[in-house]
This record gives sequence, structure tokens and C-alpha cells, in this order.
Amino acid sequence: MKTAAMTPDAAAALARAGFSRRAFLKGSGALIVGFSVANAAGRLGLAPEEAFAQAATDRRTQLDSWIAIAADGSVVAYTGKCELGQGLFTSQTQLVAEELSVPLNRVRLIQCDTGVTPDQGTTSGAGSHPANFNRAGLGLAAATARHTLIGLAATRLGIPAAQLTTRDGAVIVAADASRRVTYAELIGGRTFQVPLDAAATRKHPREWTVLGKPAPRVDMADMVTARLEYVHNVRVPGMLHGRPVRPPAVGASLVSVDESSIKDLPGSVKIVTRKNYVGVVAEKPWQAIQAAQRLRVNWTAGTGLPSQAQYYDYMRKLPSRDTLVVDSGDVDAKVASAADRLRATYMYPFQMHGSIGSSCAVADVQNGKTTIWAASQNVYALRGSSATLLGVPPDTVHVVFTRGSGCYGINGADAVAFDAALLSQAVGKPVRVQLSRKDEMAWENYGLAFVMDQQVGLDAQGNIIAWDYEGWSASRGGRPGARPGNVASGFHMGFEPAPFQPRTPSPAPSEFVGDNNTAPSYVIGRVGDKAGGAGRVASERVLSHRVDSPFFNGPLRAPEQLQNTFAHESFIEEIAAHVKADPVAYRLRHLSDQRLIDVVQAAAKRYGWASRPSPKPDNRRTGVAPGRGFACVARDGGNGWVAMAADVDVNQDTGQVMVKRLVVACDAGPISNPDGIRNQLEGAALHGVSRTLAEEVTWDEQQVTAVDWQTYRTLSVGTAMPVVETVLMDRPDVPATGAGETAITGVAAAVGNAIFDATGVRIRQVPFTPERVKAALAARRT
Amino acid sequence: MSIFSLKVNGRTHTVDVDPQTPLLYVLSDDLELKGPKFGCGMAQCGACTVISNGRAIRSCVTPVETVASAEITTLEGLGTPEAPHAIQKAFIDEQAAQCGFCLSGVVLTAKAFLDQNPRATEPQIRQAMSGVLCRCFTHTRMIRAITKYASERRNA
Repeated sequence: MKTAAMTPDAAAALARAGFSRRAFLKGSGALIVGFSVANAAGRLGLAPEEAFAQAATDRRTQLDSWIAIAADGSVVAYTGKCELGQGLFTSQTQLVAEELSVPLNRVRLIQCDTGVTPDQGTTSGAGSHPANFNRAGLGLAAATARHTLIGLAATRLGIPAAQLTTRDGAVIVAADASRRVTYAELIGGRTFQVPLDAAATRKHPREWTVLGKPAPRVDMADMVTARLEYVHNVRVPGMLHGRPVRPPAVGASLVSVDESSIKDLPGSVKIVTRKNYVGVVAEKPWQAIQAAQRLRVNWTAGTGLPSQAQYYDYMRKLPSRDTLVVDSGDVDAKVASAADRLRATYMYPFQMHGSIGSSCAVADVQNGKTTIWAASQNVYALRGSSATLLGVPPDTVHVVFTRGSGCYGINGADAVAFDAALLSQAVGKPVRVQLSRKDEMAWENYGLAFVMDQQVGLDAQGNIIAWDYEGWSASRGGRPGARPGNVASGFHMGFEPAPFQPRTPSPAPSEFVGDNNTAPSYVIGRVGDKAGGAGRVASERVLSHRVDSPFFNGPLRAPEQLQNTFAHESFIEEIAAHVKADPVAYRLRHLSDQRLIDVVQAAAKRYGWASRPSPKPDNRRTGVAPGRGFACVARDGGNGWVAMAADVDVNQDTGQVMVKRLVVACDAGPISNPDGIRNQLEGAALHGVSRTLAEEVTWDEQQVTAVDWQTYRTLSVGTAMPVVETVLMDRPDVPATGAGETAITGVAAAVGNAIFDATGVRIRQVPFTPERVKAALAARRT
Repeated sequence: MSIFSLKVNGRTHTVDVDPQTPLLYVLSDDLELKGPKFGCGMAQCGACTVISNGRAIRSCVTPVETVASAEITTLEGLGTPEAPHAIQKAFIDEQAAQCGFCLSGVVLTAKAFLDQNPRATEPQIRQAMSGVLCRCFTHTRMIRAITKYASERRNA
């Protein structure tokens, strides 16, 4: 059995919970399954490496990989979806407690560890779909466990399973609660040895007593009193401290390193180079920081960056990979013959994840084994890419997810794990790396920049009869997956990002894809004989062009959805204003998706929306002008439905926009933790306000210039923030969908629409900085 | 290297470090405390905040030699999960965190400010919090927790 590395804190937590390390290993089915790879390899006649990959997949079908009943009857659950600050640790604990009818404190959840947990890919993968909260993964496992326990009890008690139910850690006779057998008596400390049962039914949300209730976060007290272990707190014996020296310009290559420049510094252990990567290792963190600062490195000049001022035009001229989402073939004709038509172009900048803590990882590469503690969203992918990077077999690499600073997508968590792994391999000792603020910001995987052209044709009554969208977005790299070169550190170490493959023209679509909200909600989305869109406009063309980016990019909260929704939901209000229609009523005229219609009506009702066209008729052209705006979206084509109304005050003398009130109606299916989702909706809405008003990656001819919190602005805790009112739709009979990204998706459009309502001026470029708003107001015709 | 005695959370620790070392690294690495965290290293975000002689300071830019005789309190020194300080309890009651990484800055800045300005109004509290960042944007709950603590403190 391989030794599962455990941080001192994890071991201590285990001890507090009354488990010795040995007892824990013995008592846990998943651990036994997880670590018996060598046996499995022999049995199956596979090479160990193949067996390891297969074991992780096979394990997902076995109940013992997900749920174990300890000897004392408490429940241990294993998940491949981790806590990122979104409350998932608590809601998954609720899920297991609910299905197995035990109190929350009788569930211990083990998250994301390649030694012990099932491979569930990226935590926020598949559009942050809540994989474990429907009839799959952990949800199905918990249901299977409940059914299995009832079956065991039926045999034990000699009573048909149909007459049994579960309560407080025991199977009971439904009609006579005194006749019971506890989980501990049934299977405590032993394994189930059954596969997941696709037919196992989960409790209906109407029966829930733990799920669906506003459970306090189980980790809250530990966070607030600083007892929680973050990856930044991991300390292992003999650990050294590393620091990368990133190039001074994008595209700069390493020429030479002057090792003598730091030879007098105390504590310096080693300078490590590989291709265009330079890093230092020292005994103490402050020594590593100083060594990295003082090390003299010769680099070539950078390869140069395109002008930021011209960037949106520049994107249009690049070779592109084209994707036609939908094309009815008649858009040009319909627009040409329309009674009226309207055009607009919208721009959305590169933005950062900008984690409050710079990314950190600890790696221990020695004696043919590697352990990496990282806040990666995908421990299995990181195992593979780290193995590639280090040139070692994947089954010798163990990745342990450890909590990080909130990431909102792919921050530097994977990139810094490569730093730590390479430096540890070079010195043969454990190495901790925490990035500098500048290295975090200058080299992270930014959310994508977009430029989007919109055009519609209108009939004589002002209805939309044709919609034409063409968008350009820039991207490079992404989540590492198997490719270390998808993030900056791996690229500097000599690995290539996923190759850019131009494709013009796009092949015809084979099905309607609602992902990324490339198509507006108002088109029918007809491909073949199926209409997959949320709206009624039948003449439709939606074409996207992906171009190569000068920077590394990747998913940032509501990736692409937010950018496209900014263009769609701004444009729909431009059209409504053009035909002098109320923007909510005008949306409803063009929508067909009932769940979207429902959230629109719910948000309008809570807001108290009175019907009138924009702009607001009686506002003055000086001083502070109030306005209101709206936005809605079937996020990611139906992975969470959201509508919001925003109130803003625009100071027309300074250009300052203050968002006063946000009403957010959200439909994400059955709600696991109402307070948890409210916390997410509030946070996402305000995150959206910050991204809308302040955030933009800037650069010069050679390098990114947004490298700290002075040069990349965010709204501080002291900023007067809007009141966020949330309306949760009651949907017990549908699958759960993503929630944490819903509220942010419409904010830029809702705020832009409210600025127009207040001032009559349309701002089509994010962020809405005071300078940009003021310039637009100055250009306003009086 | 020089030897310093540091009074942290009521205990005296002896460390042998470069006098210019920022206090943060001594606390988080030599003393293995979890409260103060590196966020920016430039006093821009607050994640490294500790209370030194009653004032909230940014430990990432404070050379250890300048606080050798000070009484230092970190977030874990304020209270425990079982017996949280009243301001920590207000944060727990309001569920005023998401990832929690910024909490040293938010909680300790607010506590030190209210210790000195017990009658502060909400705009004054916001002003005091204007140099503290939370990227999960838990702002509303945090301000609610702080004002709740402030009013409890006044009425106590």
C-alpha cells in the first residue's frame, strides 16, 4: 500500500475525529479500492500505468469508492468536486446526510485526492453543472448506499424492503420505529462491494429535511478563527521555498543567468533553469524572494504585443477558427427587406481572476515519488500534466487538493503547482512556492476579450424578424488537462499550449449548441428539424470567430457567457428603446423558453417594474441621474436561468456610476442550501459590478501593465455596494443546474441598460469607467 | 540574522531572522500561524493584517525589527471555533465569508477601528474598510457583520 501523504492538519483532524491513520485506512472502502492498483494490474494483465488510469475510472462505478460506513456508524464520503469558496463542501455534506438520514455532523467528506477520491474531472467543468446533485456521482452513490442498507436490513429483519425506511443512522420499520438496525450493525467498518445502481431513487426534494434548508457553512468557524488549512499553510518537514523569475516581456527568451549575482545571499540553495524558465530555491521565503529579485538574468527582447487601443479592430483581421452556431440562410435578405434595421458593436476586455491570495503549491519530489498539494480544480489532470512535466509515470504522482484562495475559474493554482514540482525535482526536497502579486497577475489565464457585431431587421410593428450576430474572441492555452503548456509556467518550461487551428469557413452546425450563450435568447435556434433556442426569431445567423491571443486565457466565472450576454442583453434594450417599447415587455414578446419567461416575470415583479420605454423621460442632463436596466439569460443554454433588474445613479459631472439595487431571480432547479445559493448570488452580482465598472487587463508594447491592485482595480470592502435582493424559484421536479455563475452573467448588460435609461447614452465597451462614461456623456447631443 | 522576542497572541516567541524580514513571513513560516496571509506584499489588499499594539498593520511590509516589543494579535489569537471573539461570532452568524482568504484583513481592520472609534457610523466603517479587498465580494454580509458587532459593542 502506497503511503497517502497527509498534511499535519489533515492528520490532526483525523485524530480529532477519532480515527487513527491506520484505522482510517482499514475502515475505508475507497482507500482499499484506491490503493490496490498493483493487484488490479496483475489481475487484469495490464501495465501498472494503464491500470492506474483505468482504476480511477472503474472506481467511479463502485459504491465503495464514494461511501463508507465507519465502525461507529458514521459516514465517510468521497467526492471529486472541491470547495472553492462556493460552499460545495457544506452542500455535499448535506447531500450525503440527507440521502443517508444522518445528522450533518455524522458525515465526513473527503475531497479531491488522487489517492482516494473518484475522478470527476474539473470541479467547475461542464459549465459548473452540479454533477453530484442529480442522479449521478455522489448523489447516486448516496442513494445506492441507502437502498443497499435497506436491502441488508430486510434480510436481517425478515421484513420486505418496501416496509422499511431510514432514520438517524438506522434502517427502521416504517410502521414501528422501535424495530431498527443501525448502519454500524449492518456494515460498519466493512465494504459494500456493490456497483452504483442507476435505478436507485433519491429522496424527492419535498421530503428533504437537511438538503433544501439554509445550513451554515461547516467550515465557517474554522475560517473566521483561522483554523482552516489552506494550501498556503501546508508545511512539511525539510521544506524549502521557491520563487520563479518570470520573463520581463511576453515572448522573451532566456539567454543566460549570472549565478554569481546571488552567491552571497544567505539561504540560497539552487538556481533552476529549463528552456525559458528560471526559478530559485532558498531555505526561507524571504530569502527566496530576495534571491529572485536580485538574480541577474539576461533575456532577449519580447516578441511585442499588439496595440491595446487598436486591439478590438486587430482581432477582426487575424486568422480565425469559425463556428457557425445557427444559420437559417435568409438573414441577409430579411434584413435588407425589413421595415427597419439596427446595428451595434460591443467590446469586452480581458479580465483577471485576480485571486486575493497569490497562488501557492507545495511539491515533494523524491525517491521516485511525487506528492503535490495544490488548490487545483482537477487533481487527476494535474497528476497527468505534472507527470509529463517531470518525466515520471503518473502512478508515482499523488495530488492532494488543499483549499486555496477563491479562484473563479483557472487562476494560478495549476501553474504554481508546476513551479513547485519542477523546483522540488531539481533539489530533491519538498518546495513551497507562492507567486508574487505581479507574477500572479501578469501571467494568469485571463478571461477572453470579445468584440461583437449585432444587427437586427424589424417589421413595421417593431418586432424582430431577423437577428445577425458575429463575434470575435481571443484565447490561448486554458486548463492544463494533459498539457503543461496551457499555462505560463509550463510554457516557459518548454511545453506548447494547445495549437491554434484556424478554420474558415465554419462547417454547418449539426445541432444547436447553447453553450457560451453565443446565440441570443431571442432566436429559435433551429438546426435540422430541432429548435434549441429560447426565443421566437426564425431568421437567425450566429457566427463566432476564435483568434489566437497574445496572453494565456481560460475560463473566468460565466466564461464567454458573460461577454456574449453583455452584447445580447444590451442590444435587446437598444432595440426596445428604438421602437419605444418597455424593455421587459419587449423581451417577453420574443421569448419562448418558459423557465426564462418565469424568471423575467419574477424579477420584474419583485423589482416593481412599471411599463415604460427607456430612456427615463424626466431626467436632467446634469448632476446625478437615476436609471433602471434589465437583463436575462438561460445561462449556458439552460444551465441556470437568471433575470435581473438594476438601479443606478449616474453622476453626469464625474462619470461615476453607482449601482444602487440589484434584484436577481434565479432558477437552478431544486436548491440544496438556500443561504448558500444566496451568498453565491450576492457575491456573483457584486463581482459582476466590479468587473463591469472597474476591471480591465492593460498592456504596453512588451508586457502586461496591470500587475497589482493599483493597476488592476477592484471594488474594496468599503465600497458602497448595491442592495442585492434574491428571488429563488421553487423547482422541486427538475434536475439541479449551476447557480454560482448565474447572477454575474447579466450584470454588465443590466448596468449598461440602466446608464442608458438614466442618461440616454449607450456605453458599448466594458468597463464603464468614469472616464469612459464622461466621454460618452460629453459626446451626447443636447 | 538577529534574535528577536515577539509577543504574539499572548505568548513570547524567540526567532533568529534577518531584521528586515517582513513580519508576515516570521508569523506564517517561523511560527506557522495561519491567520496572516500573503496576498500582495504591497499593503494593497489586507490579507496579511495583524493587530500590533491596538492598531491594524499590514505585516507584509512591516520589518520584524520594528515590532519586536509590540503586542501582536493575529486572527487565530482573537478567538477559537468554540469560543469566538464577538466580531468573529458576528461573521459566523452572518455567514460572512466565501473562500475566507481575506478574513484577517476584514475582521482585524474592523476590530481595531471599532476599538478606537466605538461610535463610528456605517459610512465611517466603510471608509475604514476602503483599503481591504475581498474578491469573492462578500461585502454586504461583511459590512452587516461589522455593523452588528459595532452595535452590540456599544450596547454591551
